Amino acid sequence: MNPLLLAIDTETVIAKLVLIVIVISASLVIAMYETYAERKVAAFIQDRIGPNRAGPFGILQPLADGLKLFMKEEIIPATSNKFLFILGPCLAMLTAMMTSAIIPWGNKIEVFGRTVDLQIADVNIGILYVFGVVSMGVYGIMIGGWASNNKFSLLAAIRGASQIISYELAMGLSLIALLMLTGSLSLRTIVMQQMEPGHFWNIVYQPLGFLIFLVCAFAECNRTPFDLSEAENELNFGYHQEYSSMKLGFYLFAEYVNMFISSAIMATLFFGGYDMPFVNEAALSPNVAAAVGIAALMAKIIFFIFLFMWVRWTIPRFRYDQLMNLGWRGLIPLALANMLITGAVILWLHK
Amino acid sequence: MEALTNRVKVMERKPMTFVEKIYLWNIMKGMMITLKHFFKKKATIKYPEQKRPFSPVWRGLQILNRDEEGRERCTACGLCAVACPAEAITMEAAEREPGEENLYREEKYAAKYEINMLRCIFCGLCEEACPKDAIYLSETFTPSNYTRESFIYNKSDLLIPDPKTDPQGFAKARGNRAKKEEV
Ligand code: SF4
Ligand code: SF4
Repeated sequence: MNPLLLAIDTETVIAKLVLIVIVISASLVIAMYETYAERKVAAFIQDRIGPNRAGPFGILQPLADGLKLFMKEEIIPATSNKFLFILGPCLAMLTAMMTSAIIPWGNKIEVFGRTVDLQIADVNIGILYVFGVVSMGVYGIMIGGWASNNKFSLLAAIRGASQIISYELAMGLSLIALLMLTGSLSLRTIVMQQMEPGHFWNIVYQPLGFLIFLVCAFAECNRTPFDLSEAENELNFGYHQEYSSMKLGFYLFAEYVNMFISSAIMATLFFGGYDMPFVNEAALSPNVAAAVGIAALMAKIIFFIFLFMWVRWTIPRFRYDQLMNLGWRGLIPLALANMLITGAVILWLHK
Repeated sequence: MEALTNRVKVMERKPMTFVEKIYLWNIMKGMMITLKHFFKKKATIKYPEQKRPFSPVWRGLQILNRDEEGRERCTACGLCAVACPAEAITMEAAEREPGEENLYREEKYAAKYEINMLRCIFCGLCEEACPKDAIYLSETFTPSNYTRESFIYNKSDLLIPDPKTDPQGFAKARGNRAKKEEV
């Protein structure tokens, strides 16, 4: 038998299961409160107050919204493909959640005398996994749009698909430069490297790469200014136009989960993950260090989520040709140049 | 063609400059503007708790007035109904019986007096037309409701409290209109 398989005992399985439950529920709760935060941020930017009726400061608003979505009538259009129609939102939600498996949420903690990794799976091809899953995400949009049997939804699905394909290229290229630097695909190794003394966060070495990654992350999450596949005023809601009740809820929710996960990935890859600046984690006891680490990661994630919202409520949507121009003529050459320069510099430094 | 006003804005369709082409700088400028608004004082008035002060000439929901002894002032002359451009007012007159002098000021009174709030446009012409100071537009909104019937306000909805039994309610219902009366 494979020795690796033998090393997995019952406790590990239980620990992982617990971790999975925690991570999934945490992502869902965070996504819930992202909807609330989005409305608040939008309101504040527009000199309003935003939801403030349900509970103090409207804290219970997401619950009310969720309840409302659940109570709504489920409609499956008669001419739609029923199986695909239901598969669409499921896939969107599933792919949104799957990425959370490989993000290192913190360093190890000690419970009941065991050290537990705060990461569901430390796969050594972490980033490739992210790419694999993220590109699956477009199927949720495509299937949903196609199964609705509606011209607007179909148009939106096509837009979404071509947009994500175009921006994935630039995203990949910008990451290749980063990978040259780290020499590893495992997210935990990347974080560890950034935590080493004398080593700065990757943003210092790869500012351009980060910028490209950020723009692409906006595009991949279908967030303004790249929300062409759900453009309300041209496609009236795009691919989820025919959806109602919780199936619509899943689509909307998947967007927020995506936002959370891509914030986490950006924080991990470029901003040191769970590394708290100016604190030497090695000097602290493991549990305290883990708590500090989680707090640091969360702070970074919240900043990025805020950035997503801030941009959304600042700028309008791109036109489709502008989007394609930016993707193919702007970001991809830039990412290529970034990759070449990084490669050259690394070669030159190592002689 | 010659421009008729000086408000014409000529669109310049020159190609974008480099700074505009990379978008980032302009987006950053925009984000700074929105960030400023983020911390600005909010324009919202939290309605049921906070209320916007009414203008002194505000024309709100009608009230039917009483005199100082609590008698209804309206004499069912119908002038308000005639003046009303929206034809929102209907009434039925009745003659005052002996012994009802403490209820009605004039010997003829409105037995039924209805204003359809869905028709009313709050123009205030009824108030202007009334020779008896009997109808006023007060400083409240028409409250929202679920049925059409509930928007037909009858006398019990419109009459203000009796000054003898409920002087505070009377003063409140008359609001600042009382001052106008004195002038
Ligand atoms: S306010 Fe104008 S519309 Fe309303 S009842 Fe009086 S006269 Fe008629
Ligand atoms: S409210 Fe005034 S105008 Fe109208 S019927 Fe009564 S007394 Fe006449």
